[in-house]
Amino acid sequence: MAYVAIADRDHEQPMHEPRSFVTKYIWSQDHKVIAIQYSLTAIAIGLVALVLSLAMRLQLGFPDTLSFITPDQYYQAITLHGMIMVIYLLTAILLGGFGNYLIPLMIGARDMVFPYMNMLSYWVYLLSVLVLCSSFFITGGPTGAGWTLYPPQVILPGTPGSDGGIVLMLLSLVLFIVAFTMGGLNYVTTVLQARCRGMTMMRMPLSVWGIFVATILGLLAFPALLVACIMLLLDSVLGTSFFMPALLSMGEVSEHTGGSPILFQHLFWFFGHPEVYIVALPAFGIISDLVSVHARKNIFGYRMMVWAILIIGGISFIVWAHHMYVSGMNPYFSFFFATTTLIIAIPTALKVYNWVLTLWRGDIHMTVPMLFVIGFIFTFINGGITGLFLGNVVVDMPLSDTYFVVGHFHMVMGVSPILVIFGAIYHWYPKITGRMLNDRLGRIHFWATLFGTYAIYLPMHYLGILGLPRRYYTMGDTSFIPDSAQVMNAGISVAALFVSLVQLIFLFNLFWSRTHGKPSGSNPWKATTLEWQTPQTPPKHGNWGPDLPLVYRWAYDYSVPGAAQDYIPQTMAPEDVPTSDASYHGGEGEHS
Amino acid sequence: MSFLSKITEKPWEHAGEIEGLHDRLENGYSANRTGLFLFLAVVSSLFTLFMITYYTRSQFPDWEVLADPRILWVNTAVLVLASVALQMASNAAKQNKTSAMRNSLIAGGVLTLAFIAGQLIAWDQMVKAGYYAADNPANAFFYLFTGLHALHLLGGMWFLVSLGFRMKQTGAKDKVLHSVSLCAIYWHYLLIVWLALFTLLLRT
Repeated sequence: MAYVAIADRDHEQPMHEPRSFVTKYIWSQDHKVIAIQYSLTAIAIGLVALVLSLAMRLQLGFPDTLSFITPDQYYQAITLHGMIMVIYLLTAILLGGFGNYLIPLMIGARDMVFPYMNMLSYWVYLLSVLVLCSSFFITGGPTGAGWTLYPPQVILPGTPGSDGGIVLMLLSLVLFIVAFTMGGLNYVTTVLQARCRGMTMMRMPLSVWGIFVATILGLLAFPALLVACIMLLLDSVLGTSFFMPALLSMGEVSEHTGGSPILFQHLFWFFGHPEVYIVALPAFGIISDLVSVHARKNIFGYRMMVWAILIIGGISFIVWAHHMYVSGMNPYFSFFFATTTLIIAIPTALKVYNWVLTLWRGDIHMTVPMLFVIGFIFTFINGGITGLFLGNVVVDMPLSDTYFVVGHFHMVMGVSPILVIFGAIYHWYPKITGRMLNDRLGRIHFWATLFGTYAIYLPMHYLGILGLPRRYYTMGDTSFIPDSAQVMNAGISVAALFVSLVQLIFLFNLFWSRTHGKPSGSNPWKATTLEWQTPQTPPKHGNWGPDLPLVYRWAYDYSVPGAAQDYIPQTMAPEDVPTSDASYHGGEGEHS
Repeated sequence: MSFLSKITEKPWEHAGEIEGLHDRLENGYSANRTGLFLFLAVVSSLFTLFMITYYTRSQFPDWEVLADPRILWVNTAVLVLASVALQMASNAAKQNKTSAMRNSLIAGGVLTLAFIAGQLIAWDQMVKAGYYAADNPANAFFYLFTGLHALHLLGGMWFLVSLGFRMKQTGAKDKVLHSVSLCAIYWHYLLIVWLALFTLLLRT
């Protein structure tokens, strides 16, 4: 393995190895520790959101027998479940967790470029989570306005949590945005400035590309949420009228005049749609790497994959109003946004084709990460195609407030990224801990999760077409909803319980394998990328020992004809590649 | 190498060492510069969205145009001077004139605090004239814009003061001198933001 000496590079900062427990694991500036802190916090708060969804499912499935939550609590659960899952779990774990762990290791850096700010980012994130949780314990409880926090109902007295809960929710979001900005500046600057020698942008693994572009989206889109949060906070605390119209509330004229609730919706979705891709792009990148490693084949169309990430990132800023077809927008606006929505499906579909073509005639190893990859591809196609339905105005109008939408976005934005996160954890756990996760438990976890989630979300599409309205506490006696719909609702709830219980297997596996798993060695999957070439596993502080790695090739040299092994690490010089016959030409293009 | 030619590279065609690629990255200070420009992009996004929101909201019938306090003109002049002082500090730092740099930095800091004090006086005048935030969105936006802009300046002041402490401890090293030029960029940027906000406030 070749390294380049860095002793002569005078700007190289001395690595202050942390000595005490506190500086090593608590106030740590090491990107790997921060990544794990981010991930564990995100998983913990995600479990809270999972329990909230179970409370809702029990209410919906068995409205007469199990009435242990009130309508107010139902709305609080629905709000917190959505907000936590989208922002405090998915965004935090994909960027704060995987971004932090993978970026420096995959581009050959010792750490993020601003380690202190990175540490602050985690602690502010933790604070935002704690502020959010504190709203459970105040009088009136957390806000129950729905995760979109639409005014005017969000601060009107009839909504649960309209006095204290909403203020804590907005404060927590502001803190989260501050934390994300500190982390995000780090990720982007690190990718731009701290790549090791030989690591051109186009030699970066697609995981880094996905996280990189998603972070840029986040940096530009989260300000819209910040603007909306600050102004809503002023409306609710100071009684200003940015968004709040003049209205009668509980028989009295409210103090607000003339504000525009639609303005809030525009701001919210100007953030909210890029947010979908802030979650999706890292997932796309990670899937690309996983599919390539476990099919022992270079990723099909690497350049197209990079371009697709960039194009999706760009277009994601001009599709936001497709969430607002039912808000009474000018139909010409709707026409524009429907068009852009359908256009963004093109680069996305291209990525799906490329994953499938990477599998085509690959040497597919049915490892647990590969199972999750294939599960993801199926689920993403499912959720993506119903997205094409809903992107059309005339189809969206009748379906918008039904379970069809719930089914769609849980498939595309819930199950799909979660499958990627699971796959990625099974894939990188050996690097993080030095031990493999248990294979048998992993397979049980995969099949149960996959079939379980399909049992939850596929029937929801059918219920939506029946016209079952979403956001309802109970369906009651409605003539157009047949009794069979209630049977199906009960079935969905049972499946939801089952899937939630199965996750305990995964949690057990995470903790048990930490000490009892099979030792993995440094490169159990025989992968080419830099994180698998570290001198120690798990990587020590500073990642690379005395010398930074030197990169000679792109990240996808799998099954190169003529090479003795079916993978060539990025750090291997062309003249060092062991060959099996004469057809290998030192990497001059024949193997593409 | 342009962005377009960079992303049309075929990375699989050539394996081997690439010479000269990292000369740009060798400069250890460029990370701070890149970080600053990224941050300015984020702040631009924030203020642009605020201004679009302001414009949209001002089209509604309940909008009442407010008479902006005269002192804002004085404050603007003070902020221009602060920006000039920071630029002089940056120039002095490049020529290694440490004492001139220190004086300009102090002048810049004092002028910035004077600007913020002036904005507080403007708030006071507004309140005394009966323009409360809850009464009209135009008033609310006035407090919001001036307040947020001042907060960004205070963030800059925090950096400036910590820079002063670092200079005292370690002396005027290259890295510190480089930070002075970054401060100047940030001040110019906030001056531009203020001019844009002020124009918008005056026009409606």
